[in-house]
Amino acid sequence: MSDNTTIASYKRLEDRSKITNLLLRWFLYFILILFASYFIFPLYVMLVTAFKTMPEIRQGNLLTWPSQLNFESWAVAWGGRGYGAGDTFLRPYFWNSIKMVVPAVFFSTFIGAMTGYVLTKWRFKGDSWVFLFLLFGCFIPYQAILLPMARTLGVLGISNSILGLVVVHSIYGIPFTTLFFRNYYVSIPNELIKAARIDGAGFFKIFFKILLPISTPIIVVTVIWQFTQIWNDFLFGATFSFGEAAPIQVALNNMVLSSTSVKEYNVDMASAIIAGFPTLIVYVLAGKYFIRGLTSGAVKG
Amino acid sequence: MAFLLFFMLKWLEKNLPKIVLAPAVGLISWFIYGFILWTFYISFTNSKILPKYELWGVGQYVKLWKTHKWLIAVDNLLIFTVLFLIICIVIGVILAIFLDQKIRAEGVLRTVYLYPMALSFIVTGTAWKWILNPTLGIQKLFIDMGFENFTFDWLVNREMAIYTIVIAGVWQSSGFVMALFLAGLRSIDDEIVKAAKIDGASLFTVYWKILIPMMRPVFFTSFVILVHISIKSYDLIVALTQGGPGISTTMPALFMTQTAFHKSQVALSAASAIMMFMAVAAVIIPYLYSELRRENVR
Repeated sequence: MSDNTTIASYKRLEDRSKITNLLLRWFLYFILILFASYFIFPLYVMLVTAFKTMPEIRQGNLLTWPSQLNFESWAVAWGGRGYGAGDTFLRPYFWNSIKMVVPAVFFSTFIGAMTGYVLTKWRFKGDSWVFLFLLFGCFIPYQAILLPMARTLGVLGISNSILGLVVVHSIYGIPFTTLFFRNYYVSIPNELIKAARIDGAGFFKIFFKILLPISTPIIVVTVIWQFTQIWNDFLFGATFSFGEAAPIQVALNNMVLSSTSVKEYNVDMASAIIAGFPTLIVYVLAGKYFIRGLTSGAVKG
Repeated sequence: MAFLLFFMLKWLEKNLPKIVLAPAVGLISWFIYGFILWTFYISFTNSKILPKYELWGVGQYVKLWKTHKWLIAVDNLLIFTVLFLIICIVIGVILAIFLDQKIRAEGVLRTVYLYPMALSFIVTGTAWKWILNPTLGIQKLFIDMGFENFTFDWLVNREMAIYTIVIAGVWQSSGFVMALFLAGLRSIDDEIVKAAKIDGASLFTVYWKILIPMMRPVFFTSFVILVHISIKSYDLIVALTQGGPGISTTMPALFMTQTAFHKSQVALSAASAIMMFMAVAAVIIPYLYSELRRENVR
């Protein structure tokens, strides 16, 4: 008899905790979704604004849905209105950015891979100081190098050119790429390298035949990181280039600021989405690698 | 002759790793350390448009700390940094803990929280400028929702404009803190949590008393990275306010480029750059030191 009551009361207790648990879970999801909408909100606003016409924008508000998909603002943002002076549009600057990003990512990644390889597999006295020496470069405020860099590019005759930006981004990417490759190669057993050396493999053969084939994940992380950084850079672009050699972020900023008489928010938003699209798409497709780059070196457990 | 060649080859083989390392070390020495030294030197001269190499003493630093605009920039940096830090860390920690509760669609939510990090500050600044604009933006949204007297003019209000930069900055970076903490929480051994629960600790106690204190290194890392982001913040201000209204949202990075390239006061701007460098170094050097020590202990 008494046994039965205890069982029943246990059951009641269990039910009650089940209900609290359920409520807690609802609360949890509510908060998470609330934050998700806060993060999504600007993207949503950008998209609907880009598809609206200007009268629609003035009548409605941020959240209202466009009455129909209006592609004109996209065409204007990408290709301009077709008249001469003062018609800024993104197409040429988009290609500038591509021409800047591809070689800069390649050079900085390659140098970082070699440096990381030497610092982990051909260790010498003081190598961790060399690593620290390079690593510090990740953190310096670029304002401290802006003035001499501007002069140097001038002396080399490559100021206000895409080549100049490639050089700048390749150099200032080295600390990051070195960090990525060094942290990755540190976890690869040295026995692998020793065995290869005994078999007579040299410095380059070990790198190209043994390390490089297993480096795909870290190459992906590095390339995505560098691509995002360089594509999104504004400081170097705005300081070292203007006019026709500007990368896309600089052009976007100029477009948004320079619309003289009437502000065309739909064109501004379409331009912003175009300028953000390449990195956003890479993030959606390879977010895992992007996050690994972000947290790399920060969390070592 | 063959003998000499043999020795040269031997030397080359022996030093090959260092030769391969040389370009990176050389480039960084010249373009980072050399350039910082140059900027440092110039800050002690009286250079205007073109650098002059005669020393002029600490005059630029004295002048800098008497420049009204610089003082506003430093004030703004302090306000921004404190708010940016606290809000990013609070949001990041809450999101990480909530996401850690075996949530359905965790991957999707995580992707949503972090996507602003993939966009440039110019892109997001452009978007926020439109959202926060005092006529057609948030203000109109609330008026349409029935709050007829709602006003929101922070973007054009001298007193409040700096907070719009906080709003956009937090939106951009709190997902990053979330990612750091989530990775930190995931790296903790499940057994610790299980043992605490067997001892009767509630989930709240487990987090508050055990897990969050264990996250101290992650707090430290977030602190360092966020402070570093805020000292360097430049793009967001350019896109959102251009330092305005007036000069009310100027920050050191903006001050530096404006002084150098619009006002042609090279030495003064070098001095401001050196101040920024010292601020970053004060945060970063202890961090790198502790990270390196942690690695050596293991």
